[in-house]
Formats: sequence, structure tokens, C-alpha cells
Amino acid sequence: MSRILSIWVDNKPGVLARIAGLVSRRGFNIESLAVSDTEDTTRSHVTMVVDADEIIVEQVTKQLNKLINVYKVSDLTDADHIDRELVLFKVSAEAAQRGEIIELASIFRARIVDVAANTLTVEATGTTDKLEAMENLLDAYGIKEIIRSGKIAIPRG
Amino acid sequence: MWCKLTGVYADEAKGGSTVSEHNGKKMTGAQCLITALEDAGVETIFGYPGGHALALYDALYDSEKLTHVLVRHEQAAVHAADGYARATGKVGCVLVTSGPGATNTVTGIATACMDSIPVVIITGQVPTVVLGSDAFQESDMTGVTLPIVKHSYLVKDASELASTVAQAFHIASTGRPGPVVIDVPSDLARKSGVVYKYPDEVKLQSYKPTYKGNARQVKQVARALRTAKRPVIYAGGGIISSGASKELAQLSEMLRIPVATTLEGKGCYPEDSELNLGMLGMHGSTAANFALRDADFVFAIGTRFSDRSTGRPGAFAPHARVAHIDIDPAEIGKNRKADIPIVGDAKTVLAAIVGELKKEDVKPATEAWLTQVLTWVREHPFAYEPCEDHVQPQRVLELLDAMTNDRDTIITTDVGQHQMWASQYLHTDRPRTFLSSGGAGTMGFGLPAAMGAQIAFPKSRVVCITGDGSLQMNIQEMATIHGNKLPVKVLLLDNNCLGMVHQMQELFLEGRYSETDFFGNPDFAMLARAFGWSAFELENPQELESMMHAWLDEEGPSLLWIKIPVSEDVFPMIPEGKTVDDAIGITNVGAKEGE
Ligand SMILES: Cc1ncc(C[n+]2csc(CCOP(=O)(O)OP(=O)(O)O)c2C)c(N)n1
Repeated sequence: MSRILSIWVDNKPGVLARIAGLVSRRGFNIESLAVSDTEDTTRSHVTMVVDADEIIVEQVTKQLNKLINVYKVSDLTDADHIDRELVLFKVSAEAAQRGEIIELASIFRARIVDVAANTLTVEATGTTDKLEAMENLLDAYGIKEIIRSGKIAIPRG
Repeated sequence: MWCKLTGVYADEAKGGSTVSEHNGKKMTGAQCLITALEDAGVETIFGYPGGHALALYDALYDSEKLTHVLVRHEQAAVHAADGYARATGKVGCVLVTSGPGATNTVTGIATACMDSIPVVIITGQVPTVVLGSDAFQESDMTGVTLPIVKHSYLVKDASELASTVAQAFHIASTGRPGPVVIDVPSDLARKSGVVYKYPDEVKLQSYKPTYKGNARQVKQVARALRTAKRPVIYAGGGIISSGASKELAQLSEMLRIPVATTLEGKGCYPEDSELNLGMLGMHGSTAANFALRDADFVFAIGTRFSDRSTGRPGAFAPHARVAHIDIDPAEIGKNRKADIPIVGDAKTVLAAIVGELKKEDVKPATEAWLTQVLTWVREHPFAYEPCEDHVQPQRVLELLDAMTNDRDTIITTDVGQHQMWASQYLHTDRPRTFLSSGGAGTMGFGLPAAMGAQIAFPKSRVVCITGDGSLQMNIQEMATIHGNKLPVKVLLLDNNCLGMVHQMQELFLEGRYSETDFFGNPDFAMLARAFGWSAFELENPQELESMMHAWLDEEGPSLLWIKIPVSEDVFPMIPEGKTVDDAIGITNVGAKEGE
């Protein structure tokens, strides 16, 4: 099962390598990883989605906590939280189909960010479920490329 | 407190003051680093110079406080620092150059990491401007060592050199100890006009090891210990690094609970005590393994349920509830679920448990269990069939055990059959006197580790027990030992093969001895003499005892070379992934027929 870990780390070179190295060395599979600065310039934040059960995640969490550059690790999966992902879909679109795709995008509150002779690029954000639903519908037109940002998450309140 | 025992703290080294007298002085980066090592309380550095360590070595040239030991191979520098750390509890220190000098330390670092030994390794590095360009003798040292360090630094700013050293020593020696690497680009070392600032105190927001155990869990363990019918204490190297031997003895004696130790825990509890069952695990004592098999309560302290100790996971102590103390939260529940987990320092937590037990009348309730356990001890000792035709390694070690009773002795071992015989036949009564690579099982550890221990304790007798395979892995250190006038004694049990692997091939691979027999081994006595050692070669088994005395009485470094037959195996043995009930070669002394 996918679990979402929220990790606060020192904003220093090499910290990401330590985290990624540790997780892969212990045989856990990373589904996605999103790293960014935070409101505190000395810290960075990592949202990591791993495919593992609760016991394994507990071990990963403890191992991550041992890294000197890691401040805090929380498992947000079962906590009240909001998670989002950003996706860019490049869809085949001859002139005749553009209207339909634009309409579909607007239903999902997605935006068209690039138009070319026979493709449209759609930008969408949302939960994994929503983005998957959208992907299924766009598939009918022919998806040429999908780039996802990886999940980011924040606890509510 | 725990850090007292490690004895390495700057405030201790300088008699209580924590403010460096050098603070505010301007110096080169290299001088900052060397001064910081002095402020960290370092006395001895093991190392090897090179191009990108030139400036560091140049600063070292002026140091009056630091003694440098020039080894013959960087791997040995780390093992020596490791041996020094194991013997003293202080942080061992290593200085080497970049590239091959740095990568040569890797096995040493992995060895220290697996056994949680505090060592700080300083590596030269190419200048910052060419970092990442595959410059001459560049290797990404922080990258290479990532999985085998407690922490590492690539310093990018000369003004941070002193504080980095302070942090490295703090991290290496506190919490669960371990190796820390500091990679120093040569331009930082050469930089002049750097203002020296050694921090009065190291504070790391994201690193705060827990020493004190949770009070509720302390009470729970105390209650469980009182009511357990068949309790066993399973004691590891954590007792030694925490300095918790006294508290362990108090607890076990007060409730009369038998103690089984791991290889790394050897010496944490006197081995002549009747409550000490000896080492558990693959080649461990049958009494220890039987006791764990039948225990209803296992109290694991400073140990990690490694496969060499537990055998098949799931079959270890199958009837027992488990309480587990460890300073590293990640060890608790990693290999075995703990019914009562306690994160904390062994010494602090054990003292709290003893205090808790003393609140009520303490009545040991284990006599029936102890009777059973002690019967096992009597019936299944480590023993061998005496034989007149050749020298038996077990006999040699029994003699060594008796001969080293007279004065304080530190034993180091290499890895193989000789290591297991040493752990079985030598009685270790004090912590930090049996030094062996357990987690990594690194052949080549013994000789340099003995060198490190001997430097720390020049007056002690230091004996390295080794095999012909292991000795040849770092034999060049005979030169360093000779050059530094260290009276290390080496006992070479030479079976002309890689005995431990040979034994596995004999038992499990129908005697298909693939590449375990040596051809062309040297004349070890001549070799030792070439290194400036004295050497004894046993030819007549009748002379064993007298020759051992002569060897131990030598003033300088001395080798005792004893040829033993390949046929000698280490027993008992629990085959990998099996349980004590599948053990091979359990002795049976005085047991009734049919038992
Ligand atoms: C560096 C290293 N290489 C290989 C091994 C695998 N290994 C374990 S024991 C052993 C044989 C050791 O032979 P020797 O030192 O002669 O000791 P003996 O078992 O004969 O007493 C080997 C090859 C190891 N532990 N370490």
C-alpha cells in the first residue's frame, strides 16, 4: 500500500542522497519524491510516497530519523491531510478534437498550457484519484506524454 | 554519565573548561583542523599522507599534543583506531589522503559501523574548484561511505573546520556510537587567516539521543523480571559501549537470572560467574542456546538480534516475551518484536530498573530454572577429544587462557575458526578486553586492532589470535608495530587453509574444497623476523607450553607460529537458518544413557 511520509531536513547538499540511499538500501520502493524549500531557509521538506506496509514504514521512519540531517518524519497516510499532485498531459489533438478536449479539461478545472499543430498540453492538479480519472478519459484521444510532479501533502489545520 | 566513560570529551581533556584557549586566533585551515583535534581530546592519530593531505600533515608536524602512527595501509589505520576505541572507549582518529588513500579506509569504516565503534576519519580531498571534475585522486568519499557511516561531512568553508570536528566527535561518541567521515578539500586546508572557533558545546537540533528510559516501561520490565519463571538476559555490545557492566551484574545477581552474551558482548559480564552461560548463537554455548530456546522471558540489552546470534528468525526464543533496551530506536522491533520496548542508554535504564526492583523485597524465583540451566552448562561444555599426534587449537587457547590470568591482557582476533575457538575457550572477565569484528567479520582486523589497543595501553599484554588467511590480509602492519616498539604478541593458528570456509565445504558441500587450500604460504617465522619481530615455530607438540611461556615473555613483538591440522572443526555449530535442536557436535558429559 502507498504511504505518504512528510520529512523535514537540513537544507544542505547531499541530504537528498542520504534519504534516497537509505530507503533504497533497505529495499523499500519509492513511488514519488518531491523536495522543496520551506518557510525556514535552513530547512527543506520532502514528501515521499513509498509502497510498503505499516511495519515497514515504521522501520523506514526510524531509520530516517537516525540521519543526523533529518528533523522530523511523519506518516500522513492515516492523518487528516490534504495531498495534491501536478500533472502535465500532452494529448494528440487534431483541430477537430480540440473543442472536446478543452471542454473535458474545464470539467476537471484543468488548463490548456500549450497548443501545437496536433497536440494540446493540459495542466491539472488534484488528488491521485481525480488525476487518474482524467487520464483515463484523455487516453481516448491518445496521450503522447505524461509528466507528474509527485505527491505533496500537508496536515489539515 | 555515559559520556564520562568514553572519556573523550573536550571538557574532560582540558580539566573541565569547555572554552578553547585558541578561540579567536587566526591560522590556516589545516591548523584549525589539527587544533580542533587537540581540543577534542585526541592523543593518537593513525594515518598515511598524500598530495591532498599535504597541508594537513604540515600542520600536524607542529603539533605537540598529537602522536601520529604511520601505518602501512590505510585500511589498517582504521582498524587500529577502531581497536584503540574498543579498548579505551575513546574516539579513534584517522587521517588519510584523497582518492585511493580514502577508499582504502572503506573496509575499516564498514567494520566500525557494524559494531558501533566511534571513529572519526579525516580524508583529504581535491580543491573545491575542481570537485566533481574527476581530478587526479578525486573520489567522492561522502558518497562512497554513505551507507557505512553514522554521519559524514564534506567541508566547503574553512571557517567551519573546527566546529565540524567538534560535531563529528560528538556524533561519533554519543547515542549509538559509530564512524564519522570528514572530507577536507585541500584549498580549505591551505587557506590562511581563518579565525579559529571551537564551539564550547555541540548542539544539534536534529540529533538528540534518548538516554533515560520511559518510567512506565521501566516499571513494566521490573514487574516482568520478578514474575518470569524462565528468564534469560541476552546481553550485547551495547552494555560495553554504555559501561553498564556493574548494573547488569547487579540485576542478574539480585534476581539470579542467567546471562547469555553475544560475541560483541563478550566481557560485559565476568565469564567465570556461574550465571554467565557464555556466547549464544551459531558457535555459541549449548547451555545459552537451550536456555533461550526454553525461556519464557528474554531481556535483550544493547543487542540487535543478529542472525549469527538468533539463527532462524521466528524460531529464536519461541516461547518468550521480550523486553528490549537499545539506545537506537530503529533496533527495537527490527528483527524481533519487543513486548516491552525501552529506548535508552543501557546503564541509565538498568540502574532505573534495579532501583525499581529494590523498592520491594527482592526474592529470586528462578532456582528451579537455574538448576536446569546449570545442568546444561555441566553437561554440554565446550570440549574436544584430546589427541597426542598433533597440536589442538582448543588446547592452545586453554593454555593461553591460563597463562594470561596473571596480568591484564587484551585479546584481539581475526575472523575464522580461530576467532570462534578464542571466543569459546578464553574467559573474558572485563569489558573492552576481547576485541573482535563481529558484525562485518573482517579478516585482517586482528593485527592492526592489536596495534591500536597496545598504543592505548602500552603496559598491558596485547595478544592477537589469528589464522594464516587473516594474518596475510594486513601483515604489513608488522612493520608499523616493530617501528613503534609495540610488544604485540601474535598467536598464529596455521591450518594452511581458509579454515572456516573449508569447514562449511566439508559439512555442507560434500567436501568440495573450492579455493580454500593455500599453496605457497610463506615461512611465517622468517617473515616475522624480516619485520624485526622475534618468532617461535612450534615443531614438537611436547614443547607447546614452554614455548608459549617464552613467547609471552618476549619483550618486543613476537609471533608464535603453530601448525594445526585442517581436520579441526569448530563445534557446536548450528547450521545457518536452523535452531539449536539441529546443532552439530554438541558435547555430552555425564548425561544419563538415553537422555
Ligand atoms: C575480508 C574477508 N574476506 C573473506 C571473508 C570470508 N571468510 C570468513 S572466515 C574465512 C577463512 C579465514 O581463514 P583464516 O584466517 O586462515 O582462519 P581459520 O578459519 O583458518 O582459523 C574467510 C575466507 C571474510 N570474513 N573477510
